[in-house]
Amino acid sequence: MNVQDFLISPGEACKRSGPHDKIVLSSRVRLARNLKGAPFPGHAKKAERVKSLDVLLPAVSGLPQLAPKPFAEPLDKLSAQDKQILVERHLISREHAAKGAGSGLVLNAEESFCIMVNEEDHLRMQALRPGLQLKQAWLALDGLDSALQERVEFAFHTQYGYLTACPTNLGTGIRVSAMLHLPGLVLAEQINQIIQAVNKLGLAVRGLYGEGTEALGNIFQVSNQQTLGESESEIVERLNKVLLQVIEHEENARLSQIEKKPKVLLNHIGRAYGILAHAHSISSKETMNLLSLLRLGVDLNLFADLPKALVDELFLLSQPAHLQLRVPDKLDAEQRDSLRADMLRERLRSVQPPDAGKLGAKAE
Amino acid sequence: MQCQVCKKSPATVHLTQIIENQVKKVDLCEACAKEKGVNDPTGFSLADLLLGLGASQKMEEANTATGAEVVCKHCGFTQADFKKSGRLGCSECYHVFADGLDALLKGMHKGTHHRGKVPPSVRKVVNQEARLAKLEAALKAAIAKEDFETAATLRDEIKQAKKALQSA
Repeated sequence: MNVQDFLISPGEACKRSGPHDKIVLSSRVRLARNLKGAPFPGHAKKAERVKSLDVLLPAVSGLPQLAPKPFAEPLDKLSAQDKQILVERHLISREHAAKGAGSGLVLNAEESFCIMVNEEDHLRMQALRPGLQLKQAWLALDGLDSALQERVEFAFHTQYGYLTACPTNLGTGIRVSAMLHLPGLVLAEQINQIIQAVNKLGLAVRGLYGEGTEALGNIFQVSNQQTLGESESEIVERLNKVLLQVIEHEENARLSQIEKKPKVLLNHIGRAYGILAHAHSISSKETMNLLSLLRLGVDLNLFADLPKALVDELFLLSQPAHLQLRVPDKLDAEQRDSLRADMLRERLRSVQPPDAGKLGAKAE
Repeated sequence: MQCQVCKKSPATVHLTQIIENQVKKVDLCEACAKEKGVNDPTGFSLADLLLGLGASQKMEEANTATGAEVVCKHCGFTQADFKKSGRLGCSECYHVFADGLDALLKGMHKGTHHRGKVPPSVRKVVNQEARLAKLEAALKAAIAKEDFETAATLRDEIKQAKKALQSA
């Protein structure tokens, strides 16, 4: 089965909602696990990787948590475009997309579980939830992991816990993260303070696509860095607490912008609308930064007929691989910018401009 | 003071990061600090940096003390491989390269002992070990109190617990 037929359409996917989803786009918990005795994927020969894959793919895809009928395939069955689409949906990492034979993917129909086989570790299992739902994601993944441990034996050390290819993931193998939309803190120029404060707590702040990427569209990923010496629930709880504070700071930053600099705020949002709805060529970076302002406008009730789900959908549809899906011929960067602008104009045609009078008004 | 990365130039950049009351320090020369991206406050983490240098050095020191290069018999992974990739080769490597690993983990994590989830097969053993430790402590206390009757029952229980552990 083709993975693109399996995936939920961008429009439907963006309609999912969760707690605090004005600011927290999604929550993710990941566990790293390895088979006992088998060499880690980075050091394994192809035959050895295929062997681990042959054990893990059926073991994982048969789990009741993933029913009914998950998508489970080796990566060599996927085209480069398929993999790029999965990266843009934040289902697999860029590193995983670069892999081929000997690696694999298991995804459930709800897209709430996505398991990468033979990425850096034999298993990188992820539970995904919209909004701030770290605890729920952890509990779901814990259940999946326990069920899988009845079928396969993982490498475990009484002192070091679950053994991983990189010592930075040792112990629990857990990475808890949330994707945050923080335009208020960026506009108020408080974002660096927040990042530094979060860093001091031993948490990492990264850009949109994880390690080493830019914070496009005012989107930041916050995650734990330490995995050993603390239990999973302690890590989840700690991150949750920090996130609630960041949410509060973002809300305050938005309020103070409304109060102190309403013109600046309206100017940003109005211009964003103007360009997105009328441009004939626009880069992906500019699109993301402007869509971020549009989303802020939606949060502030400036748009009467623009649902947040549409903004999120446009965010996804503006990505290179998603744009490429619309046409059969390979697009170059220039053609992509023009196609992106066409798509945005078309989808925003019936949306009325922001209503400045509504600024600060509470939603009904 | 020498730079911890190149070990040639004098260290002029001194970094201190405090995570949960643990102080972590790195000394670098200017060129190495720049190369490691120390100037970028958003993308920088001392833990990542330590992984590349202090860590593998500590392991190297511990492991080369014996002279020969350490190789994992199970997967053929070497010290040099670790230095290059910062990753280990297989689960056995954690036993082979155990010396120096604690020092590396101390700089990276909150502790050096796993406190999270335990596989069901191991949980049984861990429980038994915990029970054994408790019994042994009780035995000591009983002997100290010259309560030999209790001590005798405890001794029998310990014998059984040890047997159960061996069979598991």
